[in-house]
Amino acid sequence: MTPESLKAQPLLRQWLGLGPAGQVQAFSGKVDLGQGISHALRLIVAEELRLPPAQIDMVPASTQFSPDEAVTSGSLSVQHSGSALRCAAAHWREACRQTMAKRLGLEPSAVRCAGGHFFAAGDPAGHALRLSYHEVSDHAMWDSAIEAVHAQAPHAAMDLIHWATETTPVRPDVTAKVFGEFEYIHDRVMPGVSHPMCHGRVFRPGTLVAEVIEQDMQALATNLLGTAGVLKVVRDGLLLGVLTETENALDAIARKVEAGAAEGQFWRCAAEVPDPLNLSSWLKTQAHETTVVADTSTQTKSNNAAHQRVVAEFERPFVQHASIGLCCAVAQWSAQSSAAHLEVWSHSQGIYNLRRDLALAFDVPAEQVQVSHVEGAGCYGHNGADDVAWDAAWLAQRVPERPVRVQWTRQAELGHAPLAPAMVVRIDAGLDEWGQLTDWTQTVWGHGHGTRPGRGKTPALLGAWQIADPAPVTLAVNAAMAVGGGSERNAQPPYDVPWLKVINHRVLNMPFRVSAMRALGAPLNVLAAESVMDELAILQSQDPLGFRLAHLPGSVHARAAAVLQKATDMAGWTIARTDKRPEGWGRGLAYARYKNTGAFCAVVVELVVAEKVKLRKVWIAADVGHAVDADGAINQLEGGALQAASWALCEAAQLSPQGITSNDWTRYPILKFSDMPEVSVALMPDADYASLGAGECSSGPTCAAIANAIFDAIGVRVRSMPFTPDNLMRAIDNDYDSDATIHPSTS
Amino acid sequence: MTQTVAFQLNGHGVSVPNDSGQSLLHLLRNTLQLKATRMGCGQGQCGACRVMLDGHAVAACETPLWAIEGKSVTTVEGLGNRSAPHALQTAFIEEQAMQCGFCTSGILMSAAALLLRQPRPSRADIVQAIDGHLCRCGAHNRVVRAIEKAAARLAAP
Repeated sequence: MTPESLKAQPLLRQWLGLGPAGQVQAFSGKVDLGQGISHALRLIVAEELRLPPAQIDMVPASTQFSPDEAVTSGSLSVQHSGSALRCAAAHWREACRQTMAKRLGLEPSAVRCAGGHFFAAGDPAGHALRLSYHEVSDHAMWDSAIEAVHAQAPHAAMDLIHWATETTPVRPDVTAKVFGEFEYIHDRVMPGVSHPMCHGRVFRPGTLVAEVIEQDMQALATNLLGTAGVLKVVRDGLLLGVLTETENALDAIARKVEAGAAEGQFWRCAAEVPDPLNLSSWLKTQAHETTVVADTSTQTKSNNAAHQRVVAEFERPFVQHASIGLCCAVAQWSAQSSAAHLEVWSHSQGIYNLRRDLALAFDVPAEQVQVSHVEGAGCYGHNGADDVAWDAAWLAQRVPERPVRVQWTRQAELGHAPLAPAMVVRIDAGLDEWGQLTDWTQTVWGHGHGTRPGRGKTPALLGAWQIADPAPVTLAVNAAMAVGGGSERNAQPPYDVPWLKVINHRVLNMPFRVSAMRALGAPLNVLAAESVMDELAILQSQDPLGFRLAHLPGSVHARAAAVLQKATDMAGWTIARTDKRPEGWGRGLAYARYKNTGAFCAVVVELVVAEKVKLRKVWIAADVGHAVDADGAINQLEGGALQAASWALCEAAQLSPQGITSNDWTRYPILKFSDMPEVSVALMPDADYASLGAGECSSGPTCAAIANAIFDAIGVRVRSMPFTPDNLMRAIDNDYDSDATIHPSTS
Repeated sequence: MTQTVAFQLNGHGVSVPNDSGQSLLHLLRNTLQLKATRMGCGQGQCGACRVMLDGHAVAACETPLWAIEGKSVTTVEGLGNRSAPHALQTAFIEEQAMQCGFCTSGILMSAAALLLRQPRPSRADIVQAIDGHLCRCGAHNRVVRAIEKAAARLAAP
């Protein structure tokens, strides 16, 4: 099957090349976001070319030469780019083998590829023949269309006899990072004596809709113009831009403007703020677009006959990206052949998407915009990377030919990046008298999970919405179910249920910008489903593991059952508990298959509930199919779990009519080193299956396993994230007259 | 106020103009072009910019230039290099103790300061020493393992 990415970019030279020093260059449209993806892609190319990984140069993506693979998101990079690069490398290897065989009048199977060379048995005089990729490749080869069949060429297996790759090749960027050699976007200094780089910052209101307080703003602009080191002050609509010769000069300015704005100067803002204690009713009473995600109710008989039911509702607040680094970009406008040309260096997740929307925003053809990726700090979804690129491009217009570097402040980072959407999920599930699920209705209320650039008729870039002639604010939408959906991601339970109905209500009112964050709607949908599964098991006096396995019968569910077995084996789940377990001790289990089509993951959590929840141990078992970079996959699984633990235990954006007020680390705390549990990760050895992304599959099961462990510890169902001491107290108070209703036997 | 600030930087004497508004972080990153010390928050809350000042880990973003006069500053660039790595750097590579690596520089400096004052730290000592560092990628356990490994090697006879 031809990988998606190859359909649009079918030629060998679009994926591979030979560098000036003869090294192999590999091009991908997927970018490093801190997840180490280029290393996994390098290993794939190295494996297919029979070359040591160190000899593969992964070229950072640029719209100048990289394949367009849209956005690096959704745990799809190995599936999309990896499979394309595997096909490309195998195609090149086999083309070289055939060329050499043809030259020598041999069958391709008589040519062996090893260590980057092709070998043929000796000629009649007995001279062994050895040629490199460089020596065999010709021009026609580079322009040939990649045939997606060579990875499995029957004679290819011969290459691998006596072929040993390095045992554990390490990420080269890790080495560069510990020695302080690595260049992040923040470190980029543009050369240029005649047009030296300058620094800029764009100040904006905390809300999407606001009014400028003209008198304040004019006084500020005048004051800034007279400030030492200021090159330009730019006003446009809601925005105030400042350009300075040095970054240092910007800091004092930023402190002054941000402090003033916090006191209500410069902008009048009055955003609608959903009541954080009543988020559920706010989400449910907005205008909605309703879709039926799944419905088998017409195929099977009605669910009224259920013997026992659980009806429960779960919610998650708005959550923040909270990367340790700041959004940053460099932009430069130049006149080339009398046409304006924009060059941007960015840590965007989607360089082509960004290029498209920058072209829309600045009204130039996309061909005159070039975006090159430079790694930033960890990225977990649609953060401000694209917006800061707009900021830099907008300011750079005022100083043609000069590169302009813009780095957001911590306040901007937490205050202006899109939020992860709040959500409510309601489940109504029934069991028959034998304890089997009869019916399951899952209903989701929440915003769409995407306001990314590159997808609409107008630019989806924050600055473009705030100038005097603004583009309209684009409302968050959900990805298609074919790619896993957004708020409805994982809203279908992974278990066998005869009668299933899944409804999604997309909220159409967006007072605060929301967009994609790691795993999208999966964490809450999985939390909800796995809490209900636990509740149903306990109603039946069944073990949560056995109850789940009873709903995952047969070979079709073998991989799901295997990760559940593995995680519980690791945790000693079935070993009888001592009666002397410490007060507040509990453990919980949860499982999901990410997007219902991706990686399988089960998590067991052990914790203690005292005045707050303290995680002790986490066991993760995952089946990601063929793990290209096992250590990288394990790192991603653990990182996904610990980030999700932070969402589950402490994270909620604080909102006011003036904007996001949780805009420093004291007001948006995340889990610290001393909060972290021990983690054990097991990868299921399923090398025969296709690779599945590892970055997001542990998030949902971790949140859910924590909730189930809290119930095990204190007998209270926590249904509102985060599980802070305040929310635990609320759950305890609500326990008797809660939103959950359990109907025991009706017979 | 004196016109210049003289201090030791990664073992070399340095003298720079005393710009009263400048932080050590700006001096390192922008004046001296030593980029491995990271800007994360500018408020001393995240730990990304920590360096060693006379052997103690401090937030460079909150350290004014007058505070380094006559003192010794060490950054990741001065901790070790590929030919002479610090035990921490070797252990971080072996454990692949990061994902994005943005918090790594600061953690390395806090860990180095810990090992100077306490060559045989317990796991709890390590966690306490780096608890002021935020990591968003979830590499915490690898980081702690790497520091334990480096400490064990340094303490070995």
